[in-house]
Amino acid sequence: MAQHQVNYTQSGGLPVALTTVDKILNWGRSNSIWALTYGLACCAIEMMASGASRYDFDRFGTIFRASPRQADLMIVAGTLTKKHAEFIRRLYDQMTEPKWVISMGSCANTGGMFNTYATVQGVDRVIPVDLYLPGCAPRPETLQYAVMLLQQKIRRESANKSQKPKRLV
Amino acid sequence: MMRPYTPKDNVQAKSYYTDRFWVAPRVPEEPVPAEGVYAEDLEAVKAKHEVLKAYIQRGQLVIHINPEDNLEVLRILKEQRWYEMLSEMSAVDFLAERGGFEVFYQILNLNTAKRVRVKCFVNENQAVESVNPLYRSADWAEREMWDLMGVKVNNHPYLKRLIMPDDWEGHPLRKTYPLEGDEFAQWYEVDKIFGKEARDIIGPENRDPARVDRYDTERFARLGHEVPRGAPAEDEKETPVQYQEEEGVFMIEKLSADRSKVLDRRK
Repeated sequence: MAQHQVNYTQSGGLPVALTTVDKILNWGRSNSIWALTYGLACCAIEMMASGASRYDFDRFGTIFRASPRQADLMIVAGTLTKKHAEFIRRLYDQMTEPKWVISMGSCANTGGMFNTYATVQGVDRVIPVDLYLPGCAPRPETLQYAVMLLQQKIRRESANKSQKPKRLV
Repeated sequence: MMRPYTPKDNVQAKSYYTDRFWVAPRVPEEPVPAEGVYAEDLEAVKAKHEVLKAYIQRGQLVIHINPEDNLEVLRILKEQRWYEMLSEMSAVDFLAERGGFEVFYQILNLNTAKRVRVKCFVNENQAVESVNPLYRSADWAEREMWDLMGVKVNNHPYLKRLIMPDDWEGHPLRKTYPLEGDEFAQWYEVDKIFGKEARDIIGPENRDPARVDRYDTERFARLGHEVPRGAPAEDEKETPVQYQEEEGVFMIEKLSADRSKVLDRRK
């Protein structure tokens, strides 16, 4: 301890910071957005690249979780087929509030080039979406920017708001 | 087997236009030679069953048979002529032209490397016998044929949809099936998850993925000119892209540009 002598009166003052409950709660939430691994198609490769060392999601506190119970964020990366639609809804319902959704890439946004009978034409027909990422596929920088935008959104929200669950219907 | 070579010089500069009424030339059908492996194969089939038509196409024997004989003909070809591998089977939609499907079985002899295609024509509601007892690879192929084309298969051990969901209606690979789906397909996920009464709330699918309406602020946001959701688009003013709030973030240090380091070359 004596190696690093801390002079509280001179460098930076006392180790006390004053803040509000809102700010400290939102600070915690916005810097530990744990994402559910939801790679459905080729966008998943970009999502994995965002999580790997070059782009490094961990420095934003975004860590991929394999369980919806531990996740705050669902990054829908890829084409959602109609066969899979009920399962994405079930996994979304299993996530605990508060929860957010990023729709990544053209296919998740609008069905993209899959203008067919078997593709859900936009994931927002099934679950409510907070952020839409354009691109086919979006680069990892785009996904990083989306997470930073989501952090801004979370910081703007009131932390002690009544936890009204988001409902599409 | 290779496709015939066509020169690809300057193919990028050429027009994309092709005549949509152009009819591809039929692959020539040659008579079966009097002797050789294929002649013996054909003799073995002809001895027991009726052969409607037989010819050589691209060096492979094609046999047309009656749909009732499919299992027995394949049994002869497998057990007497050693065509032990079913490399592919499916059906071709001829509902408009002839009111039925052409079911084909592509089989391979691993000793002689010869391939035979056995074809039979079934009417729309006519079932074929399952060849699963002879070839195990027919299991999923027949399920897929039932799922996507709607050709029924008798005595299949587990005839269930393979690709589409179990509660799907219709057979999507039929030529009469619309590409964007019938009414059932278009409302499938809404009906299943929220119920039919939610159709009015969610609305029909937007089948134009390129649709952009900058005055519809419920669905669209103009990048750099965002307004709150649902607010009139006239209120927009320029909002530059910012990575962090102006006043900074609690307990997080803001990166200043002069302290950042730009690498001028790659390590």
